[in-house]
Amino acid sequence: MTAFWILAPIMVLAALGILFVRKAVHAALLLAVVMMSLAVLYLVLEAPFLFAVQIIVYTGAILMLFLFVVMLVGVDASDSVIETIRGQRVLAILAGLVLGLVLVTALGQITLGSAVGLDDANKGGNIEALANILFSRYVFAFETTSALLITAAVGAMVLAHRERLGPKPTQADLAAQRVRDYADKGLHLGPLPPPGVFARHNAVDTPALLPDGTAAQESISRVLAARGTVRSAPALADDIEGVQRSLESLGDASARAEGPAVANTEEEK
Amino acid sequence: MTATPYVVLSAIIFTIGCVGVLTRRNAIVVFMCVELMLNASNLALVAFARQHGNLDGQIAAFFVMVVAAAEVVVGLAIIMTIFRTRRSASVDDASLLKY
Repeated sequence: MTAFWILAPIMVLAALGILFVRKAVHAALLLAVVMMSLAVLYLVLEAPFLFAVQIIVYTGAILMLFLFVVMLVGVDASDSVIETIRGQRVLAILAGLVLGLVLVTALGQITLGSAVGLDDANKGGNIEALANILFSRYVFAFETTSALLITAAVGAMVLAHRERLGPKPTQADLAAQRVRDYADKGLHLGPLPPPGVFARHNAVDTPALLPDGTAAQESISRVLAARGTVRSAPALADDIEGVQRSLESLGDASARAEGPAVANTEEEK
Repeated sequence: MTATPYVVLSAIIFTIGCVGVLTRRNAIVVFMCVELMLNASNLALVAFARQHGNLDGQIAAFFVMVVAAAEVVVGLAIIMTIFRTRRSASVDDASLLKY
């Protein structure tokens, strides 16, 4: 029972966290916590096969699938706070509280008595016993499961497949389009500036600086701009001052060796 | 050792999953909450299997896992398709049939 009393609060807290975290990735990680704790509980409940399946299938496969989709979708996948139906959130929480209270009190009313335990059923090994039942009494359900899995795989392929409606644009088409854009809209003809060309950093989240010191917006990835993780030009200026200050603190001797120009600007400040 | 605490924990997690499905707007998180409810029911099944001393509950939990895997594959593919056409994973945005 020790494992249960340690894991139950963790599971409830992680599950509650799924309700409150903003980002889908955090929800997926909290779900992983719940699933791993559940796997350990299966071990306590004498189900070693389900313990392995829970970790391999649920935490390993299903949750990774979730993470893949979050990565594909998740750029602006943060939850909106606006309610489309008024009072829906409050009502949902109330309904949830009522459901939880009813379930828990109903379970408090009944007494299950002490558990029989699976020592008898697991005598020849848990997996052997499960296989005996699965391939005798439940063999029809098992065969139906294969049909379900094939249907799911084909369905996922059909849904994820995208039919190409026009011919694929060749490199010559792209170049012609580029020149046409230049003629019509005056768009820049050459390649886009890479990030951080004239700035102090060459990281992808640092915009290139134009000669007048403003940031070149085309130099940063659209995805980073949507996420709002782009460093601003004034912040970079602060950074430069920080580096200058650290150079200053390195010692006067080295600062003098740098040349009089640096020393002069520092005195002016 | 009785199964009651396990079943109560399963009920609590099921309720949390329920509230999550009702309140969250992001389709992926709604899906995760559905998984939470399936996991909670699995815990109850395994706990009752131990309570009654036969393995049918574990077999049922196994089947629930298989169905959950199939459901997640199709569901996430649907979410991907909706995202591709609408540029949004919010469950409220897909309301075209209303108008």
